[in-house]
Amino acid sequence: MSETRFRRMNDLPSTHLLGGGTAMCAGCGGLQAIQEIYDVLGPRTIFVNAAGCMTLLSIYPFTPFRGSWLYTAMACAPAGSQGVRDALDILVRKGRIEPAEDLSVVTLAGDGASYGMGLSATSAAIDRGLDFLYVCYDNEGYGNTGQQTSAATPFAAVTATNDPPLGNPLAKKDLFAIWAANRPTYVATAIAAEPVDLARKIEKASAMKGPRLLLILAPCPTGWGFEPSDLVEIGRLAVSTGVFPLKEWEAGRTVHTKIRRPRVPVEEYLKRQGRFRHLFKPERQEAVLSEIQRRADAYWSAVE
Amino acid sequence: MTRLLMTGNAAAAWGARLADVDYVPAFPITPQTEIVETLEHWREAGEIQTRVVMMESEHSAVAAAGAAALTGVRVFTATSSQGLLYAMEMLYTVAGWRAPFVLVNVSRGIAAPITLEPDHQDVLAARDSGFLQIHCASVQEVLDAVLLAHRWSEHPTVRLPVIVNLDGFHLSFTREPVEVPDAQAVSRFLPPFDPGDASFRASKPVSRAVAVLGGGPYSYFRYQMHRASEAALAVHETIAVEFQRACGRRWDLVEVYRAEDAEIVFFLTGSYATKARDAVDHLRAVGIAAGLVRPRVLRPYPREAIRAALRGKRGVVVLDQNLSMGQGGVLHTELAAALYGWPGAPKVLASFVGGLGGRDVVLEEFREMAHETLRAAEEGRESPRRLLYTAQELREVRKLQGIALAEREDMAKEGM
Repeated sequence: MSETRFRRMNDLPSTHLLGGGTAMCAGCGGLQAIQEIYDVLGPRTIFVNAAGCMTLLSIYPFTPFRGSWLYTAMACAPAGSQGVRDALDILVRKGRIEPAEDLSVVTLAGDGASYGMGLSATSAAIDRGLDFLYVCYDNEGYGNTGQQTSAATPFAAVTATNDPPLGNPLAKKDLFAIWAANRPTYVATAIAAEPVDLARKIEKASAMKGPRLLLILAPCPTGWGFEPSDLVEIGRLAVSTGVFPLKEWEAGRTVHTKIRRPRVPVEEYLKRQGRFRHLFKPERQEAVLSEIQRRADAYWSAVE
Repeated sequence: MTRLLMTGNAAAAWGARLADVDYVPAFPITPQTEIVETLEHWREAGEIQTRVVMMESEHSAVAAAGAAALTGVRVFTATSSQGLLYAMEMLYTVAGWRAPFVLVNVSRGIAAPITLEPDHQDVLAARDSGFLQIHCASVQEVLDAVLLAHRWSEHPTVRLPVIVNLDGFHLSFTREPVEVPDAQAVSRFLPPFDPGDASFRASKPVSRAVAVLGGGPYSYFRYQMHRASEAALAVHETIAVEFQRACGRRWDLVEVYRAEDAEIVFFLTGSYATKARDAVDHLRAVGIAAGLVRPRVLRPYPREAIRAALRGKRGVVVLDQNLSMGQGGVLHTELAAALYGWPGAPKVLASFVGGLGGRDVVLEEFREMAHETLRAAEEGRESPRRLLYTAQELREVRKLQGIALAEREDMAKEGM
């Protein structure tokens, strides 16, 4: 990442391309990330969307996008992206449009589509070497329908379908590893609360061809139970506690782009969120808390 | 014009080839595979300039087809049966996008039980999707219908995708002589695709398929689709004339065979029309004025053309190769809706369900259906709805059940 134009906060675009006034919730971590992504990608893009929260970005007759947008369905946004990409390639090759009319194709999907229903279409798009950028905004549950448990929901989180005292008994699926196992061009994690890291990754992905995947952790005030004003702090804690590793994968090699030493105890991240409140009140669930800490430590001990 | 012997599947591929399609996203399913394989072979041999992409499902194939059509290329795809049902969400979606392209469906029965053999349950499940539907009865018609469908779909008044249906096995794998129009004739009829001005371009950003809030805008866009579909009837009349001028064959909304002076007519879709024509000739030979009325186009529903063909008949034998559970045949229900209260309506509208999952409908049955319908007309009674099935068929199934039972008992004895 030596030739980046993003070294510090001052290097980030100071005006935003994405229009305001959308139907997203206040403090939406997904919207913040898309804003930052769009500033770097620019309007020569088409966002091909899967059913999820972000489907409500464009409501007739309004759209916050200066570029193009196509809503498909929950399972097949990568297939819609394939159709657009192939058609643009055909049009340029057959001389029916100028190369300047070409667009970058971006798939936009939540964790519900990315971890579950749309995974087959995603995997197949990687198999075919589709030239696209896939952006998953992961708010760790079926957020648009009221935060039911999805395959992205972390262990012990309370959701609309997993009550206290246990919360979700299952572990969060490792989508990063699944994507990397398909050997695309590029895979990265990112979060809006670390905008320089995010901008560099988008910059890097934009310069590449082939399947490129970006997994964005999207803290969700309504689904996770925190004040919208705490969005950035929650995001930073996700990174500094090591719960959400910032990393990228290229040509078989994973590199961590931000390693915090010493790591903040996971408790600091958990206790700020309503979905983990049952781990502290009415009494501390020491076993569960230490299990979550143990899992984070185990991940990082394998890295370091 | 070249005359070739080819299958219905090859005719579908020839239609796509002559239409000079840019893009074919597809997924293999029996009995459709030969269509995509043929196109892929031609592409590899450099005979066509078409990108063929094997998708991972029909749901994705239809999504890619619709998205590519919106981006401004001519698109063709093909599927069948379970594949069409798997794509159902996207059939409705891409029709709502007003994405013009052609989907060939090779009709096959629907699970369960799973079968490879034909009936019309699959294509009729897509009846309300917004796709226009052409139902073919011969291999020649398949080729011509693919060309007609591209023109129809892309017409500025229409802008809806079209399903061209052919019966699995009976048409897909049957060789018939086909007149292949030459490329010049086709280009007179089918000019290059004009995508209009709402395609995705860097200089002209556009948001498509966005959400609406409330029933007002939702209804508006749904009504627009319906009215475009209705308007497609008149467009079809125009392009049928133009097709005839360019390629020499005339395909109307409804095929009418010896029905003008008929007292009794068979009413059905698809390749069993060949059997029905044969039955008409046999009945005529024994002095019964029989005829055939076959809707080629089922969506939009050609009500006026059907009424004109059925005016004043004594009876109509409706043969449905589909079954709406708890209701009966779809063609019968829709025909009743088209005729009820109209002074010219035939006296008796008899419903027969047959030909499910490849079941044959034999000449004897056509005769008996005609006689029963005529008797009902003479006696001034309703003709009860019937499911065609013979005592012999029931005996065969009983035998199979006997084997299944014996096997189960054997396994139970062995303690498995």
